[in-house]
Amino acid sequence: MNEDAGHEGTERAMARDEQAAPQRHEGTAPPPEAATHLPEAPARPSEAADRAYRESSHRSEASADEAGPDRFGDPGLPPHRLRRTDTDPRAARRAELQVAALFALSVLGTLIATTSYFLIGAENPSDALTHLDRVHGTTLGVGLGLFLALFGLGAGAVHWAKTLMSDEERVEQRHPQRGTDAERDEAVRILREGAAESGLGRRPLIRNTLLAAAAVLPVPAVVMLRDTGPLPGKDLATTYWAKDRHLVRDPEGGRVRATDLELGSVVHVMPEGVDTLPDATEERAKAAVLLIRLKPEELDEKARTGAYQGIVAYSKICTHMGCPVGLYEHTSHHLLCPCHQSTFDVTRNCSVIFGPAPRPLPQLPLAVDDSGYLVAADGFGESVGPSYWER
Amino acid sequence: MSRRAALRRHPLARLVVLVLGLVAAGSGYTAVASQVATASPASTSSVAEGHRLFLANCSTCHGVNAQGRDTAPSLVGVGAAAVDFQVGTGRMPAQSTGPQVPRRPQPQFTAQQIQDLAAYVASLAPGPAVPDAAAVDASGSDPSRGGLIFRTNCAMCHNYAGKGGALTNGKYAPNLSSTTPTHIYEAMLTGPQSMPVFADSTMDPQSKRDIIAYLESVRSTPSPGGWSLGSLGPVPEGLVAWVLGLGLLIGCAVWLGARAS
Repeated sequence: MNEDAGHEGTERAMARDEQAAPQRHEGTAPPPEAATHLPEAPARPSEAADRAYRESSHRSEASADEAGPDRFGDPGLPPHRLRRTDTDPRAARRAELQVAALFALSVLGTLIATTSYFLIGAENPSDALTHLDRVHGTTLGVGLGLFLALFGLGAGAVHWAKTLMSDEERVEQRHPQRGTDAERDEAVRILREGAAESGLGRRPLIRNTLLAAAAVLPVPAVVMLRDTGPLPGKDLATTYWAKDRHLVRDPEGGRVRATDLELGSVVHVMPEGVDTLPDATEERAKAAVLLIRLKPEELDEKARTGAYQGIVAYSKICTHMGCPVGLYEHTSHHLLCPCHQSTFDVTRNCSVIFGPAPRPLPQLPLAVDDSGYLVAADGFGESVGPSYWER
Repeated sequence: MSRRAALRRHPLARLVVLVLGLVAAGSGYTAVASQVATASPASTSSVAEGHRLFLANCSTCHGVNAQGRDTAPSLVGVGAAAVDFQVGTGRMPAQSTGPQVPRRPQPQFTAQQIQDLAAYVASLAPGPAVPDAAAVDASGSDPSRGGLIFRTNCAMCHNYAGKGGALTNGKYAPNLSSTTPTHIYEAMLTGPQSMPVFADSTMDPQSKRDIIAYLESVRSTPSPGGWSLGSLGPVPEGLVAWVLGLGLLIGCAVWLGARAS
């Protein structure tokens, strides 16, 4: 069974084969007499288990005899190849210097990180740099320095192990997982003894209080999780927009006159008074609206119903994931969402012409008050924002 | 009756006073109004020279009367600001049709020629004038407020640091890192190409100056996080993480698995 490696003739190969031999017998499809040549496994507590395993594997090999071997033999370890550093002392010396250089690089990196923290340091008031320049320098210096320090250390260790430490292949036997029958019986006996000593069967008071303690344990979790509520209710379907609420510019403020809007202009607006609400951030997030002026004849009939003299207002919250849809191309009248490229056609009531958005942007119907300022003619007719609540 | 009193009672005296009053009121109004909307006063020779340049360089696409054709819009009423922006940034005259006309580092015309062209286009119909140096001077403006306005109105296309970004069908919002304050102001005023209009009626001049102040402060602010990767956001950051970072890790893994020679 050692022919494959035997002709190498080196002592190294022979020594390895002796180590490898016990491992081989498991996977090999041996010639009929091979079984008798198997070296005896050393006596171990699990001898019975080993024997049982060997017998079963022999049985399966015998049955597959006709169709050829059902598994291939273990080819053993390839011949050991000497590295240059094993044979050439000059190469070994060179590798040693390389490892040392990598470790020195690590030292240099640590020095860079430390000195840039103290010398450029963001808190150092004595130099001529501005605060942000110092932060920039510190960040770069500390980052690059720590990279060099850690990478030099790791790379040096790996290079050392690969070139100079021994790379002899060795085989170690795997321990059998199954214990001996005696060990198993002993374990079962200990468990039984423990159960008897605890007296759970004899002391129902302890058993019942233990069960009660386990049963009430999740209560704090339920109470605390419940506090993340209440359920949103109608919050997702309603916004602060309502009939006759004025449109004010975002973020500068100030009402918008219909005549202020030139053809092709865009104004980002909010409902007047939204900033005074207690939950202003949430309300602003739902109420953001984009005001666009087109030629009235460019709008289709549906868009024109909510428009005022070619001025249309659409929710800025994408119906896909709720990103702010703000990229308006005034030549093509396309409104583009920056997150997933959903594209809406403003002339066709913001219907989706590309991308994952499932429905058009909701339109805010417009009117003007007595002084010519734009107001909402009504709230949104549908809920704004992502549609996944309806799915 | 003195000589002066006689003049005062002359039959033509009332007419003279009326004419003087009208001239004073008219020129006073023009002086005020020209700062707001109409073109800066241009000499007739400038308009004529601009017309000559227009016929030679622009009329092929925009029509001999600047009325526009299939490929190019009408220039009637776009104002001097639009001409100064489009020609001053080298976008016009366009060298080819495409999704978007790119900026060129050197405009084709001299400053005087651009002024003449602007005077000619402004003479066709009133439109936004070229803002003067004081109108675009952002030295006393509030970059913080400008940042707020920029992030709501501009950042979705031009990126939070004004570095530009992609639009649909090959169009894009250009990088604003080297755009002059005057050109930034004119772009907001006129809405060139795909950009919507932010006229003074919807975004007041002070807000525009605040935006310019913000863009100037962004240009001069170093990146506190180290290497800014062009401030372009997640695309270059992801590229560096995936190509450089992951490449380094894969290289290390290959090196770890390879045998020493």
